[in-house]
Amino acid sequence: MVLTIDGIKCEFTQGQTVYEVAKENGVYIPVLCHHEQIKPVGACRVCVVEVEKARSLIASCAMPAEDGMIVYTNTERVLKARKLAVELLLTQGHHNCITCESSGNCVLQDLVYSLGIDTPRFNEPEKLKELEQANEMIVRDMNKCVLCGLCVRACNEVQVNQVLDYAGRGPTASVGPAFGLTYENSDCVFCGECVRICPVGALIEKQGRFKGRGKDLELVRTTCGYCGVGCQMDVNVKDGKIVKVTTPREDAPAPNNGSLCIKGRFGYDFVSNPERLTKPMIRVGGELKEATWDEAISYVAEKLGSIKKQSGPDAIAGFSSARCTNEENYLFQKFLRAVVGTNNVDHCARL
Amino acid sequence: MTNSIADLEQSDCFLITGTNTTENHPVISTFIKRAVTQRGAKLILADPRNIELAKFATVWLRHKPGTDVAWINGLMNVIVSEGLLNEKFIAERTENVEALKETVKKYTPEYVEKITGIPAEDLKKAARLYATSPASAIVYAMGITQHINGTDNVKSLANLSMITGQIGRPGTGVNPLRGQNNVQGACDMGCLPGTLPAYKKVVEAAERKPFEDAWGTALPDKPGLTIPKILDAAEHGTVKALMIMGENPMMSDPDLDHVEKALKKLDVLVVQDIFPNETTAFAHVVLPSTGWAEKDGTFSNTERRVQRVRKAVQKPGEALDDWQILSLIAGKLGANWNYTSPKDIMDEINKVTPSYAGITYDRIEKAGIQWPCPNTEHPGTPILHSAAFTRGKGLFSVCEHIPPAEETDKKFPFVLTTGRILYQYHTATMSRRSKGLVSRTPDAFIEVNPADAEKLGITQGDMVDVSSRRGSIRVSAEVSNKCDKGVVFIPFHYTEAAVNKLTNKAIDPVANIPEYKVCAVNVRKAK
Ligand code: SF4
Ligand code: SF4
Ligand code: SF4
Repeated sequence: MVLTIDGIKCEFTQGQTVYEVAKENGVYIPVLCHHEQIKPVGACRVCVVEVEKARSLIASCAMPAEDGMIVYTNTERVLKARKLAVELLLTQGHHNCITCESSGNCVLQDLVYSLGIDTPRFNEPEKLKELEQANEMIVRDMNKCVLCGLCVRACNEVQVNQVLDYAGRGPTASVGPAFGLTYENSDCVFCGECVRICPVGALIEKQGRFKGRGKDLELVRTTCGYCGVGCQMDVNVKDGKIVKVTTPREDAPAPNNGSLCIKGRFGYDFVSNPERLTKPMIRVGGELKEATWDEAISYVAEKLGSIKKQSGPDAIAGFSSARCTNEENYLFQKFLRAVVGTNNVDHCARL
Repeated sequence: MTNSIADLEQSDCFLITGTNTTENHPVISTFIKRAVTQRGAKLILADPRNIELAKFATVWLRHKPGTDVAWINGLMNVIVSEGLLNEKFIAERTENVEALKETVKKYTPEYVEKITGIPAEDLKKAARLYATSPASAIVYAMGITQHINGTDNVKSLANLSMITGQIGRPGTGVNPLRGQNNVQGACDMGCLPGTLPAYKKVVEAAERKPFEDAWGTALPDKPGLTIPKILDAAEHGTVKALMIMGENPMMSDPDLDHVEKALKKLDVLVVQDIFPNETTAFAHVVLPSTGWAEKDGTFSNTERRVQRVRKAVQKPGEALDDWQILSLIAGKLGANWNYTSPKDIMDEINKVTPSYAGITYDRIEKAGIQWPCPNTEHPGTPILHSAAFTRGKGLFSVCEHIPPAEETDKKFPFVLTTGRILYQYHTATMSRRSKGLVSRTPDAFIEVNPADAEKLGITQGDMVDVSSRRGSIRVSAEVSNKCDKGVVFIPFHYTEAAVNKLTNKAIDPVANIPEYKVCAVNVRKAK
């Protein structure tokens, strides 16, 4: 089946939306309330397109592609509607990009900029809502919420944690845990999916606040060090320090497709804990005393050497670790087998 | 896992047992919850505790801890008597089915109800769901293996999958969830007393040979000791030196008094770690190593996917990578190792480990690869056993129910079961140094059923003393319906209430896994 988008003939398969077909064919349609892992609702009207023979503009994210359809994504009518939608969103809240953590990484900011909205025609609300920052993981700034509903749908459809919901209508509309509870007092398990998916700066990683944003951050792709799921994540680094852990908002890789749990997303700060061991130590007279690497290594080698000589290699044993890398584990067993000469090597698989 | 994580989204039915997935493998649980809520997949949960997944369960089999073989045989009894077997699969791919049928004959739903407490009707319902769904997947974890008959539990699950042909296809399989980030990799790399990398047996000369050639030395041919046996040997003085790389047996092993005695007897205890912990307290030498964010390397996840770990920040002080520390010690002992980076080590792993042969750093730069991957053209293997089992035909091995090593009595009337919680990790050296995680669960607790609590005069938050034949700890009470009457649960993360002071060091004779999931305790309000 084929449809035409801005003059380009695009093949598609049954069930794809106009937005998906456009994206696949390199035609950019902006979206705000839509995400590839979440069922489309077509609520924000940012992705509207003009379809030949259709009377009104159509939300492309929720519109199934049809054979022979002719679509325009960039007509004056489309741009006008898009601009109006974004202006309204912008003025619903209070968007202070200067100190916003999402600045440089915000769908709304990009939209406002690319549509050339200089000063919005409507006034921003005057009364600011208070930030919710009682827990150690997530800060909620509902002044910046554009009510796209993605956090609600991510919590229910992606993580199936069933914590977030919509409340109220019109000017009192809001999103959050049921009964107006705070995150802290709800059943929230702090997986942070809502933070990942929020297109603006309304949901933010608390410990990373004011420590670096946007282009200041170097993203290092790595594997979570906690459980065996092996989630892929980006460690955000600035000035040699971990600012936060994030996952790609789109096109996130297997096995976790951008999801994490609280340990992976918020459990990284042990790394810079001051109790870290930083110097080799040898026990002298019942107490561990700092030593040089040379002293420590010689001590170990001497002990192992003499025990092997006196009692044989099987008097030596080693526990390696499921927290260490493959390379380290490989070397550990090679050490015991090839250098010491014993098979007494095991790790905590059973524990 | 025989199958992939993503594959779970294709299952029509799950049998989930011995895994509190939403807490211990949270992201895997999302695949399961999505399948249930969005695709209508069925969920059979077999767990003594009222865990989060019970909310999503089609049938919840709440068995008494330590009765797994009985309920699994019970499922097979129903499957045989109702003719729900997959005869074609059994004929083509398996052997010894007659012996299995004979064994499960006596495990009628009524008989099983007596042993396990599972209502006969629920068992029947579960058996039908599992056997007749187009694709059923078994998912399990330590709740199955940490028993004196853990090996039988696992074999029984394998029997169940084979008798119904629910293995070797998308959405099926027997899928153990590996607890820690790199348990899979540590096993693959030969950190086991009987096997070299890629599970090559140390006792087989032909399997040893390639390693002897590669490493330029003869290798020992006698299997070594497992952790519980090493600790016993240390206590008896036959093991005199112990090297520990990133382990904390003074928290993680059963019967901690015994562990302490063993460690104290050693001539030398060397510990490489990132924090001082309960075990470094007994070390003669402590060597500071680098943590997860400070080093390069690979981890292998529970679906056998080998993925990169990358250095993000500098290591603290004089800490060294564990591979560097090992190289230094090896060098002092005369070895001629010349590794300059983890990549050098992986190059060697590629050469000597057939299942990892095609998993080079270049190939996994963007995305991990699942082993077996025999060469650099091979895409990896998402599903194991799709055409045949490793040994050819799948063998039904017969297992009978046996009671746990320690049963309750007048003095110790409660069954204690242990495990992890969402907000902490293993011996908690990392997670209890993370502000966010600590804020959620700062203190140790014991889950007590409200009926038991009332009998004992305990209310929420009271301090209670929990004792077993081996020791006693004090924790605060969490009165909830999570545990059934007569069963209590304590997580093992908390050093000030180290539950492994209470646990029993009885082990499974084959796998040497301790019976963490069942021991007998007494619970009293603290004076
Ligand atoms: S952190 Fe997770 S559980 Fe909590 S509200 Fe957000 S998505 Fe839901
Ligand atoms: S908090 Fe973010 S994701 Fe949720 S509705 Fe508001 S803008 Fe959308
Ligand atoms: S983020 Fe959570 S689920 Fe993912 S690997 Fe880490 S601990 Fe496991």
